[in-house]
Amino acid sequence: MEKEFKLMKGNEAIAEAAIRAGADAFYGYPITPQTEVMEYLMEVDAESRTGMVVLQAESEVSAINMVYGAAATGHRVLTSSSSPGISLMSEGISYLAGAELPCLLINVSRGGPGLGTIQPSQADYFQTVKGGGHGDYKLLTLAPSSVQEMADFIAEGFDLAFKYRNPVMILSDGALGQMMEKIVLPEQRPRLAEYPDWATNGTPEGKERRFVTSLNLLPQQHEMVNIRLQEKYRAMEAEEVRYEMIDCEDAEYIIVAFGIIARIAQKSIELARAKGHKIGLFRPITLYPFPTKEITALAEENRVKGLMSVELNAGQMIEDIRLAVEGRKPVGFFGRLGGMVPSPEEIENALYKEFNL
Amino acid sequence: MEAKDIIKPENLVYQKSRLMSDATFNFCPGCGHGVVVRTIAEVIEEMGIEHDVVGISPVGCSVFLYDFYKFDVVEAAHGRACAVATGIKRVIPEKYVFTYQGDGDLAAIGTAETMHACNRGENIVIVFINNGIYGMTGGQMAPTTLEGMKTTTCPRGRDVKTMGYPLNITPLLAQLDGVHYVTRHSVHTPANVRKLKKALRQAFENQRDKKGTSIVEVVSNCNSGWGLSPKAANDWMVENMFKKYPLGDMKVDGKIVMDMNLPR
Repeated sequence: MEKEFKLMKGNEAIAEAAIRAGADAFYGYPITPQTEVMEYLMEVDAESRTGMVVLQAESEVSAINMVYGAAATGHRVLTSSSSPGISLMSEGISYLAGAELPCLLINVSRGGPGLGTIQPSQADYFQTVKGGGHGDYKLLTLAPSSVQEMADFIAEGFDLAFKYRNPVMILSDGALGQMMEKIVLPEQRPRLAEYPDWATNGTPEGKERRFVTSLNLLPQQHEMVNIRLQEKYRAMEAEEVRYEMIDCEDAEYIIVAFGIIARIAQKSIELARAKGHKIGLFRPITLYPFPTKEITALAEENRVKGLMSVELNAGQMIEDIRLAVEGRKPVGFFGRLGGMVPSPEEIENALYKEFNL
Repeated sequence: MEAKDIIKPENLVYQKSRLMSDATFNFCPGCGHGVVVRTIAEVIEEMGIEHDVVGISPVGCSVFLYDFYKFDVVEAAHGRACAVATGIKRVIPEKYVFTYQGDGDLAAIGTAETMHACNRGENIVIVFINNGIYGMTGGQMAPTTLEGMKTTTCPRGRDVKTMGYPLNITPLLAQLDGVHYVTRHSVHTPANVRKLKKALRQAFENQRDKKGTSIVEVVSNCNSGWGLSPKAANDWMVENMFKKYPLGDMKVDGKIVMDMNLPR
């Protein structure tokens, strides 16, 4: 089949990819900078194309609970929002994780705390990978760094969600949501024709009825549920780590960055290499599970003299990098806050300053 | 005459719906919940729709519904039943979806979800238990708690000046265009239970006929939360709760039938 190319905003790519991934439903609430997702789904009339349900909820609280309902019936359902909206959804996300329901969540994140700004930020890293909602749960988290990946991670995200019966988060940002790039559109795949055995969509004749809950009043029982969840997370850690390494083979210093800032840092390492500095870029694609072993391995290389985390926040992923490096090498940090995005030169100069180059 | 002479099919006057499990109710003795829960099962059984129904049990005394029914049930976060119902119904519109919500769930924490699901005319059945108190957490003030009524969080009685007025929410919901049917019942006498059953049947038939939202409120007791014996609780309910929350139809076939001038 011939490839279809299209120039699209990241938010539009999410929406188009959702239709093509065979999504059954989108429930959402408008918030900048991701509003185009639902606008696009309505504009192209997703329902007429695949029968996909698109519904504007009265709040993010309601939207995530609609997601919970549709997910409980075994359908492919997604929502998208931005930072303050994700905060509102956090209770529902915890319930989804607790009830082991698959769904796709997208955070086109913006600067916080509070109402913050509508400009791009990665300040929701902790919220995404360390919890957000209450309880011991994990979201399998994919971090795209291009509009192409915004599209590609939709179908992949759904498949991972169903593989593990767990919510999957795509953590992007306002820049990725708003910027336009030419992408290869994913192929249209059919919507689900069959639903998992656990799905509460009306007990079939002759089958045991099903129920979905995250409640266990007996602590002995609930500990077993938690242990099973933890085993699932260990399986994700063993199977699903994704990352990209650019120019790391001979690198003496390594920038670790995800998402949009990794795109910018890629230019920084080009600039530094042109000046004779051996710099590499390590880009985690899954933020949970985090590529811990791979970063440990890099830190163990004799040639590697230091690593630097570059983030659009005050230093969040750096904690996971330090846990991987375990003091083997110095770990520096450079970040911009509140919606500010550094130039490649700023990152380059920060690296020189950090390691006295 | 011995027991074996009496236990015969021809002498059977009542039996538990086959859609009810053998789990013991978590409801306190004398509470109306159990009657409502089994009446819903009877209606679903009689309509023959048990393979096409999904119930939603949000936080509160309603939360263990999935233990009692032998059909699919989804537990929901506190207040979110109508949003969860929307999410389900929109992807399986041919199935029957109902929520079973208490007054704290429907009229306090879930007011927005309830109001907007009704306003969209979601084709679902909402069963609303109004007993004027938070039962599960041990008897705190609910939005529906009557003026002067004592609870653990208004131990000197509800003072409407600082705590707000009892929220009579179903007449408000009845005024929304998406709502097709609103009715209020009780289960303190067999006659009332029969009326409730008829209303529930009507509500599920409305859903079958794609009429929009149907709301069946049940004014019920919470004898343990009210600190009364079951009998005294029912008497108190008739005397006090029914004055603020009178029984009867509010909206039938999409038309308001209640007298809006009455104190409701």
